[in-house]
Amino acid sequence: MTVRAEERVQSPQGALQTIRRGLALSPELRKGLVGTLLIAIAATAGRVVVPIAIQQIIDNGVLDGGVDMTVVVTMASLALGAILITGLATGWMHLRLAKVSETALSGLRIRAFRHIHNLSMLHQASEQRGVLVARVTSDVDQVSRFMQWAGLMLLVNGLQAMLAVVVMLTMSVPLGLVVIALSPAVVGMIKFFQTRLRVAYLTVRERVGQMLALIAETVVGAPVIRAYGIEDRTRARLEESIEAHRSAGAHAGRISSVFSGMSEVSSSVIVAAIVVVGTLLAANGSATTGEVIAFFFLVQLFVQPVQFMGEAVNEAQTAVAGWSRVLDILDIAPDVVDPGEDGVDLPHEPLGAVFADVEFRYPRPGETASEADASPALRDVDVAIPPQQKVAIVGETGSGKTTFAKLLTRLMDPSSGSVKVSGIDLRTVRFDSLRDRVVMVPQEGILFRGTIADNVRMGRPGASREEILSTFRTLGLSDWLSELGQGLDTSVGERGSSLSVGERQLVTLVRAAIAEPDLLVLDEATSAVDPATEVRISGALNQLTSGRTVVTIAHRLSTAEAADRVLVFDDGRLVQDGPHAELVAEGGIYGRLYESWQRGT
Amino acid sequence: MAARHPEPNQIPVAGNARHLIGRQLRRAPREFTLGGVGTTIYAAMTVLSSFVIGWITDDILLPAADRGDVTTASLAAAAGAVIGVGLLRGFGIAMRRTGAYYSQYRLQYRDRIEVTSKYLDLPTEWHRRHPTGQLLANANEDVEAASFIASPLPMAFGVILMLIATAVILIVTDPFLALIGFMVGPAILVVNYTYQRRMRAVAAKAQSLRAEVADIAHESFDAALVVKTLGREDDEVGRFGSRSDELRDRMVEVGGLRAVFDPVMDSLPNLGILAVLVVGAWRVDQGIITAGTLVSFAYLFRLVALPMRVFGWLLGELPRSIVGLSRVESVLDADESFAYGQSTPDQAGGAGARVSDIAYRYEDSDVEDLLPPSDQRASNGTGELGRGVESVTLEVPPGKTVAIVGPTGAGKSTIAHLLVRLFDPDTGRISFDGHMLLDIDRESLADSVSIVFQETFLFNDTIYNNITLDQEFPEDQVYSAARLAMADGFIQGLENSYSTLVGERGASLSGGQRQRIAIARALVRHPRLLVLDDATSAVDPAVEGQILEGLRGLDTTVVIVAYRRSSIVLADEVIFVDDGRVIDRGQHEDLYRTLPEYRNLIDAYEKESA
Repeated sequence: MTVRAEERVQSPQGALQTIRRGLALSPELRKGLVGTLLIAIAATAGRVVVPIAIQQIIDNGVLDGGVDMTVVVTMASLALGAILITGLATGWMHLRLAKVSETALSGLRIRAFRHIHNLSMLHQASEQRGVLVARVTSDVDQVSRFMQWAGLMLLVNGLQAMLAVVVMLTMSVPLGLVVIALSPAVVGMIKFFQTRLRVAYLTVRERVGQMLALIAETVVGAPVIRAYGIEDRTRARLEESIEAHRSAGAHAGRISSVFSGMSEVSSSVIVAAIVVVGTLLAANGSATTGEVIAFFFLVQLFVQPVQFMGEAVNEAQTAVAGWSRVLDILDIAPDVVDPGEDGVDLPHEPLGAVFADVEFRYPRPGETASEADASPALRDVDVAIPPQQKVAIVGETGSGKTTFAKLLTRLMDPSSGSVKVSGIDLRTVRFDSLRDRVVMVPQEGILFRGTIADNVRMGRPGASREEILSTFRTLGLSDWLSELGQGLDTSVGERGSSLSVGERQLVTLVRAAIAEPDLLVLDEATSAVDPATEVRISGALNQLTSGRTVVTIAHRLSTAEAADRVLVFDDGRLVQDGPHAELVAEGGIYGRLYESWQRGT
Repeated sequence: MAARHPEPNQIPVAGNARHLIGRQLRRAPREFTLGGVGTTIYAAMTVLSSFVIGWITDDILLPAADRGDVTTASLAAAAGAVIGVGLLRGFGIAMRRTGAYYSQYRLQYRDRIEVTSKYLDLPTEWHRRHPTGQLLANANEDVEAASFIASPLPMAFGVILMLIATAVILIVTDPFLALIGFMVGPAILVVNYTYQRRMRAVAAKAQSLRAEVADIAHESFDAALVVKTLGREDDEVGRFGSRSDELRDRMVEVGGLRAVFDPVMDSLPNLGILAVLVVGAWRVDQGIITAGTLVSFAYLFRLVALPMRVFGWLLGELPRSIVGLSRVESVLDADESFAYGQSTPDQAGGAGARVSDIAYRYEDSDVEDLLPPSDQRASNGTGELGRGVESVTLEVPPGKTVAIVGPTGAGKSTIAHLLVRLFDPDTGRISFDGHMLLDIDRESLADSVSIVFQETFLFNDTIYNNITLDQEFPEDQVYSAARLAMADGFIQGLENSYSTLVGERGASLSGGQRQRIAIARALVRHPRLLVLDDATSAVDPAVEGQILEGLRGLDTTVVIVAYRRSSIVLADEVIFVDDGRVIDRGQHEDLYRTLPEYRNLIDAYEKESA
């Protein structure tokens, strides 16, 4: 279960280091927090005003030789003033804390978002994406929640407990010592319950996860459950898992409830001790009645925050862990770097490409490809693709064809060797120029929520409706477009979900075509389009790309047959190279692939 | 997630709140009773504890301070009283909170069991109308929201008891002190309620912005390849940043609300205590109350004022709970159902099926909010608008293999799904070995008919259990089904063989492997009618051929929705459908010769290979 990993608790040194790193990255936070701390001290002072007022009023206003209303009213007014002033301080503290921390965190969130886009692990390890999303969402939210709630509580309650102790000792040293002497027992009890509560809530969270996964299965797998008549088995499993969650929750709830009860009992023990010691002190004149009574109130001010402390510390640990995960991501250096100002632009001419002794090993996060020591996904690749050639790449899954395409578009850099386009090493080309001239259409028809026009415009921002329509026309997709209710303004839904997989691929093709790249790389870009349509658009595409260089990863050998040249990959090596007919005659891997494919159709 | 309207803050509360609280109390009576008893003890002890403090002040502390009167017995009595009341109060608190937790989890348990059970009973059409996300949210967040009321309820009850007791005592003791109570108490309520309402509104906005931020991150990271290859990073950062900054603004607003309300909430009880001290001192001066009574009331104010916040909490949560419950109830009250009959066809061997003049039309909108009125539907245009089949008549002879062929969207899957009674036709009849499909009982239908879907679904379980689905089969039968599905080979190659856990939705396997396990799942049941709905799309053509060859040796009727010519030619008969109708039927060669549309379609598939 991932919960455990995410809940990992840091050592105090680790936590401090994280906080130091975090503050270094967000200097505005450090400056803001010091000021907020000062205000917080003033704000907390308001909480001990009342016990002091009680002591003063009882001792000097009520009991000191009969009631003296002047003293009472004066004291009450002073207390009122103190409460109002500290109230203003409390308000100021909240406002300031929210502004400082949220501004810093939004900055951190945006910085992490941009940084992740620069890491190639984002598109290489798709299983990592959920985790990366968590870095810019829940992890940052956790820190924010901590700053505004638990952290604030920690601060205010800590200060309150300290102030309560100071006031106690000022009023009466012996009574204060009684409270201090008893507090280790209270702390011990709190620790005892906190440990158990943590474990209990961890179990609850695990069971929630299991239960939700099972419910998701029930909903998503509804047709299978119906068709195979396994409703009863499913019901039994659900019941078991829902009951497991209930009993875990009830167990945790019971612990937490007993904890609250025990806190109450322990504070009453302290009050009882105050009563006994206070009465004895009062009898021999070393404490006043007002002081003893004020202590009844001060004990509450002291015990309450100690109770909260455990909870807040737990939250703090979670938040620091989240913070450190965000910082860890920012520490990963981007492995494919834009040369920026120092870079060169690709010339405006048909583009050819040369792979010179290229090897590629997949790096782990934080490594560059040249540091990676995995077994090579691609090796000894030496090949030149002249401008305007139509090349098909063929090979089984895992043979290295997609790696080849990603190196050609500089989604990754080779571990050794070089990839040159028009004689220029790709590593020295400015991203603006590169992305303008070299475009890859990935296999998954990836769309954004918005209209079809919005999605196509990503290929060329500012393209007019007429230009977009004419691209659809050229690709022979006007009929399809007009069948959609709203034409270009049809909204494609979340990730394009309102369109079929094949239809999504059509839109991505138009998006690439309107960008008019000089080197177009297609990764099985029409795999889900129905055969009749595919035949139609592949012809149109050929026309559209005449005069440009096109490299296609082919899943159907019909594509390879139509290409000028076929590159066959096997186990990371380029094993065959030549026109279709030649390779068929040659036999080898391509011959076998061709034969089995013909048999299947 | 689907947009959720209406906003929780805009629904009528009073009547719904009665319904909500009444229903929930009835559904967890034992747990609520526990909480109720606990809270009564807690309330009584809270009031009592303040009197203990007053008594100690008057009878122990003052005599000691005035005259040095201290006896061991009186000290022991005082300590005993404080600890005794503390023990009982602690006990009451523990019981009250235990009751609250128990009720909350019991309510969640009952609603989850009922909601998921209902999901299993509701017809396919209903499922189609409700997006997965919504159904998951219903069984999770909505159920939770509806149960949330359980947690402040016992406390609220206790606070009401305390307020009544305090009011009575105050009035009896001194109307002037009572006046302070009647001013401060309602003020706390009003401020707290306003605070909760406003906070809830901003928090809801922040929550939905948080969801938007997450959505953008998801979308953007999923589309990383496109973002990168089209050089769109800056635009993405802009899009993400503007949402993130808006979230920041809302959070600052939350801080602003706290800045205004927190000090007021903190100060009100303190102001009350100060007022009690001033008025109380005056009354002591007049000889109406004792100093001890004054201390009691100051202490009582402290103890009662804090828990009063529970009302704000309760009132603040009510709208959300009401919305949650109404969603839960709209599922539980859905009156659609899917009934099975009693007949149990008992023939052996391949079954014959006859479809007579059926029509089935998908509803023209497919998203429905869970909240009543349920006619508020939103079309999201999935391209299934009004599609379906009509006037379909066909016969599947026992023991034969029939291929259904046609272009995308022609209705092939619909016919396949109707044949296994995933849903029922609007008009027309389907019979199975002479029995009406509607009349067959659930068990025998599941035993005699199996379908393998286009989209494979595996449970998070072992391969073995995914094949048997926990039904008892001889082990040999499982292995031979797997062999027939060409799955045995790769399964044996896995480290744990048939005991391999496939992960969520079978994530650890490839698409083709998942499909083969799904086929084994169907075959192990020795179905008398096997329907393959494009079930081998991810399987290598050569392997597909071997699977289909193997099926010919079985004593089973097979209906196959097919694309590849190699599979089509294996069928005894081909049914060609287009636009929801059966265009023609016959042998592949004949159709190919006589039917130009059919020829074009097959040729298009062919061109894919040429």
